[in-house]
Amino acid sequence: MDRPIRVLVAKPGLDGHDRGAKVIARSLRDAGMEVIYTGLRQTPEQIVAAAIQEDVDVVALSILSGAHNHLFPKVVNLLREEGVDDMLIIGGGVIPEDDIPFLIESGVESVFTPGTPTKDVVEFIKENLKR
Amino acid sequence: MNIEEKIKKGHKRTCARLITMLESNDNEAIEIIKSHYKSTGGAYVIGVTGPPGAGKSTLTDKLAKELLKQNKKIGIIAIDPTSPFSGGAILGDRIRMNDLSLNKNVFIRSMGTRGSLGGMSNATWGATKILDIFGYDYIFIETVGVGQSEVDIVKTADTVLMVMVPNLGDDIQAIKAGIMEIADVFAINKSDLDGADKTKVEVEMNLDLNEDMDYRPPVVKVSASKNEDIDVLLENILAHRKYLEDTKQLKENRIRNNKLELLKMVEEDLMSLILDRAVKDDLLDKLAKDITLKETDPYTAKETIIRLIRNNP
Repeated sequence: MDRPIRVLVAKPGLDGHDRGAKVIARSLRDAGMEVIYTGLRQTPEQIVAAAIQEDVDVVALSILSGAHNHLFPKVVNLLREEGVDDMLIIGGGVIPEDDIPFLIESGVESVFTPGTPTKDVVEFIKENLKR
Repeated sequence: MNIEEKIKKGHKRTCARLITMLESNDNEAIEIIKSHYKSTGGAYVIGVTGPPGAGKSTLTDKLAKELLKQNKKIGIIAIDPTSPFSGGAILGDRIRMNDLSLNKNVFIRSMGTRGSLGGMSNATWGATKILDIFGYDYIFIETVGVGQSEVDIVKTADTVLMVMVPNLGDDIQAIKAGIMEIADVFAINKSDLDGADKTKVEVEMNLDLNEDMDYRPPVVKVSASKNEDIDVLLENILAHRKYLEDTKQLKENRIRNNKLELLKMVEEDLMSLILDRAVKDDLLDKLAKDITLKETDPYTAKETIIRLIRNNP
């Protein structure tokens, strides 16, 4: 199918730093994807509702507040409770290396830290789509 | 749960998936619309249009909340432009509607225009039918931010709400043809700003010049972000609905709109048929090059293509 890849870019939690999310959104747009941006300070419940209604292929979460160990798995689990198993979930932000194995184990399929070239994110998405 | 039960239960994920399938012309979604078409028509479609930054999303959010008080189910289709270069899009209308996301009586879907030029997406009409089948009472379609002539919304909406803001241009803008003519209700948003009264007067004066109007579009000053006079605006929208229903105009309009939609669907299919069967890309490229090099002219080139199609039934 040649329909565009749909990505939800969401900022869970309370930090107000969305520069990274906007840069990613713009890069994905330029790679031909439809990016639904939710804005700041979303609850995991809101993110899951938006992901379902928008029927996205990818949920991309950005956190710079340090609450990733709580919020990332929460989003993954809520999606699973809704029976969603065909969305690729990725995360990004200032996330310590030591936390990444836990996040991957919780179902976030890749974690991108500061300095990642945007084309790496685009490639990862294209190669790991679940549809 | 089979699909019929899911539809009856209003399963949002199914609704969302059907819209995705429809966007890629998937037959399964088309069959669902076919088999449920008799039960459609219950939804009332409100088109929200206006220039970029006028507050269409915020106003839609507030109007939806007002309707929720009347226990209605609300569908929202929010359209943003697709890049003509990459085919990608940033769909950001949800940002203004986030606290509606969790309401069980609300469904919000963002769409890219995907090459369509009239301020809508080709799949918008079908998406309204899906929402209609899923039992949504009111469907808002928020167009892309429009300039002067993106009037496609009028073909899909029962009531067109034109959102304007003060100080966007002089009084000549108000008498130009195009989007100003399609409005059934005008909202002057951000009416706490200077110039709101002037904008209202200009629109009213323009309406004064229309002759033989059975229905005169009301002009309502609101402030979406401050939640002021949203109830008045909604009353005016519902009054327009009542007018259309009482005068049987609603049915007339829907016949007209269905004719236009039918034509558009045939046009799309014919075009892809033509491109698939008769005209290969290299022929188009070659003709374009020949026109540029003056080896042929556009009219002869067009006749070449038409002749090809006629000979390839």
